[in-house]
Amino acid sequence: MAMNTQGRPSAPLHTPDPGAYDDTFSGSRGLDQAEPLIFERQTYDKSGVDFEAPKGKPSRLGALERTDDLGLPGLSEPEAMRHYVRLSRKNYAIDIGLYPLGSCTMKHNPRLNEKMARLPGFSDVHPLQPQSTVQGAYELIGELAHWLMTLTNMPTVAMSPKAGAHGELCGMMAIRAALDARGESHRRRVLVPESAHGTNPATAVQCGFFCDEIPAGPDGRVDMEAFKGKLGDDVAAIMLTNPNTCGLFERDIRAIADAIHEAGGYFYCDGANFNAISGRVRPGDLGVDAMHFNLHKTYSTPHGGGGPGSGPTVLSAALAKFAPLPFVIKDGDSWRMVEDEADAKAQGAEPFGRMVAFHGQMGMFTRAMSYMLSHGADGLKQASEDAVLNANYILARLKDVMTQSYDGLCMHEALFDDRFLKDTGVSTLDFAKAMIDEGYHPMTMYFPLVVHGAMLIEPTESESKASLDRFCDTLEALALAAKAGETERFTAAPRYAPTKRLDETRAARQPVLRWTPASADTKAAE
Amino acid sequence: MRYLPLTDADRAEMLDKIGVDSVDALFEDVPEKARLDGTVDLPRHKSEMEVERQLTRLSRKNISASEAPFFVGAGAYKHHIPSSVDHLIQRSEYLTSYTPYQPEISQGTLQTLFEFQTQVALLTGMEVANASMYDGSTACGEAVLMACRITKRSKAILSGNLHPHYAAATHTLAKYMDIEIKDDAAKPGGLDDIAADIPDDVACVVVQNPDVFGQVHDLEPIAKAAHEKGALLIAVFTEAVSLGLMKTPGAMGADIVVGEGQSIGVGLQFGGPHVGLFACRNDRNYIRNLPGRLAGETVDADGRRGYVLTLSTREQHIRRDKATSNICTNSGLMTLAWTIHMSLLGDTGLRTMAQLSHEKACELADRLSAISGVELVTDAFFNEFTLRLPKNAADVVEALAEKGVLGGVPASRLYPGKGYDDLLIVAATETNTDSDLDAFEAALKEVL
Repeated sequence: MAMNTQGRPSAPLHTPDPGAYDDTFSGSRGLDQAEPLIFERQTYDKSGVDFEAPKGKPSRLGALERTDDLGLPGLSEPEAMRHYVRLSRKNYAIDIGLYPLGSCTMKHNPRLNEKMARLPGFSDVHPLQPQSTVQGAYELIGELAHWLMTLTNMPTVAMSPKAGAHGELCGMMAIRAALDARGESHRRRVLVPESAHGTNPATAVQCGFFCDEIPAGPDGRVDMEAFKGKLGDDVAAIMLTNPNTCGLFERDIRAIADAIHEAGGYFYCDGANFNAISGRVRPGDLGVDAMHFNLHKTYSTPHGGGGPGSGPTVLSAALAKFAPLPFVIKDGDSWRMVEDEADAKAQGAEPFGRMVAFHGQMGMFTRAMSYMLSHGADGLKQASEDAVLNANYILARLKDVMTQSYDGLCMHEALFDDRFLKDTGVSTLDFAKAMIDEGYHPMTMYFPLVVHGAMLIEPTESESKASLDRFCDTLEALALAAKAGETERFTAAPRYAPTKRLDETRAARQPVLRWTPASADTKAAE
Repeated sequence: MRYLPLTDADRAEMLDKIGVDSVDALFEDVPEKARLDGTVDLPRHKSEMEVERQLTRLSRKNISASEAPFFVGAGAYKHHIPSSVDHLIQRSEYLTSYTPYQPEISQGTLQTLFEFQTQVALLTGMEVANASMYDGSTACGEAVLMACRITKRSKAILSGNLHPHYAAATHTLAKYMDIEIKDDAAKPGGLDDIAADIPDDVACVVVQNPDVFGQVHDLEPIAKAAHEKGALLIAVFTEAVSLGLMKTPGAMGADIVVGEGQSIGVGLQFGGPHVGLFACRNDRNYIRNLPGRLAGETVDADGRRGYVLTLSTREQHIRRDKATSNICTNSGLMTLAWTIHMSLLGDTGLRTMAQLSHEKACELADRLSAISGVELVTDAFFNEFTLRLPKNAADVVEALAEKGVLGGVPASRLYPGKGYDDLLIVAATETNTDSDLDAFEAALKEVL
């Protein structure tokens, strides 16, 4: 037996049977610590924040003062640190590995951006301070707006939408307002490709429109004949993602724009995939009337486990005056926020309304500005090119072992379907879960809906060639394993994640949406 | 370029594998007319040092809340946030993760969301809460749409003392949904008589407490009046800390409670990102109609407890044009900041923070209203109150700023052209020191 210099065995004395001792007494497994809910600690008399003592004057709330406790537990700082650090280790993240979620653009989040967003002059400023005391904040919004308009060759940008879907709402409401102003309120039909993001139809409905689906052609792009057949004088708009959700550039996009305009409708472009063309193609040159950005995708503001996002929306000359309140303008040497309708009208605007309290996601503006200044026009172009190059490299490496859905090159994401898994007993879901065991976050699965068992891979420009090669080697090995009949490798996956596969059906059928004390049920029964 | 790992040699090798000559070939589907020669007309890339210099210069043109005696509120409040909160939310595993669609490698985010939902429910006195909305104003709009779906009615009444930005955001969201919204008249220091005459076909009445002028209200009679007509009471708050000291909206009979969570963990952020809180009754009809994401408890294949996003058949990515809302991305990282800060506070810390804010506001109100010509309009308030000044309040605020005091929000900024030119809305929190109060009092005396 091997021994080290201290005479301690340097290898296990014996290898236990597989399956023996796969539990632990504590519930933890090495670095993967079991962590209860904060409520299960029952620490109601503790706080991790020290304050000066209140003077104890009687409150002026009278009968509205609360006398009972809320039941919120408190944690000292060391307990809180440990709770949240332990939980954090159960998350995958971009900083841990490649995050190939198609349509999500999980790129590196530069830490300079975080530092800039935390400058007190940006983070510790109130949106309703006197305008003279926030000139730098207005200027930053104005500068970012200039970059966004230049990158798109569009005349106006509405900055206040809080996320991509909110930006869609902004663009579609501007379209609705423009139609109403033209006296064509009867136009209610919105054309949406069947490959569209779910937010597109959901948004159209919130603007009082209804959706008419356009089928995809055999090349994964809009079927032009079907599209033209749907045009008519009740059509309000088309909502199109470009590059589309199959990762393909709509090569007929100008013809689509011309046709929808000729039919009296508007062209909404979903900008979720702008990372493929930012700095290289300007949507204004393609005939777009409105497009939202996802600053949290294209311009690297962190996804934060599901937000915050930011969805500034560019508008064409036809829609510009309907942009929502508020907006910043340069007034002589200083900046000003136009906040009310009368002021907006004096500027020649006819805003469709206000979408949100205050002025939008300043914290995301600062981060995006920092990203854009860092890249510059040259770096933004290079980033898009690298994103497209990386996706095509993955496509080239994997198309023979997985099944590519549409022939040819792709843009910034590569789409595969589950034909290569036919008769293996392995589904797209199983394949994705096996990727977890290999140390990767799965790709977007079962979207877009136009191909069977979709697997949409978006590597972004943040990956090195070595990283892509390791990823492709792994996926290739998995695909071969599936074909070789190693079904259980997939159906039992994940085996090495903090949890085994979770029962989502049970969660939906018997919803438990909050912690409740076991004793409360007893009390209620009494 | 420091953020791009590919070398030119890598690029050449990769193009070779793809089988094309140049990167231009990858963009061959772009119409020729839309292909750019060179780059767009913007500056070239910059070093960290250059970017930091440029943005720091810009940030210094603003006066931050910590630089001056600060009393601005009206929907966003400056509170102390423990240092550990910002440290924790910058952990890579939280900061750089996506929406937890793959639950087996997202238990960190999912468990914190489950804890967040529980804390929001406890704070508001409601049974369940969702995993957040963009902010308080959009949560308010979504609550009105939800009430219409639940009651199958299409009218809503908004209190005139609801923050005008919230009212405006609600109008916008409902604008094209065939929903009729009636705005009551504002009544600084009181409450429009919203309970008096609720028609039979109204889906909901929306009341903010404390209201935008700071006045606090008993919601119970309003809830009762609404329920008698089959309408729901939507209770709104913009100052989450008020719930540390006040009766919960749930205890007063609210059916849906929405509000801005920014006071806890998030900070001012010049208006965003903030975090919208959304809580309601645990009734099947309510849950089915909730907007936004929900985390729920389940078990894994070994029977061990875990969490997943659930009931997503309400949501746009499954339900498309039949979804309850178009919301997708919410305020993930801000919910984390909120739940960490709330866990540190606990019941006792939250109550102390609320008590201090209330005491400071009471003292400030007494001192300022003792100044000749100044009148206190709100007689019962939490940490925000409204003063009637003998001069134009917007001018007074500018003059105070010149003296280095950020002294509140003129009501005319929220209600332009409504004749409130002499009203000033003032907020105080635990962050205000005695010398801040002295400075405000002295400056106001000078300005008036």
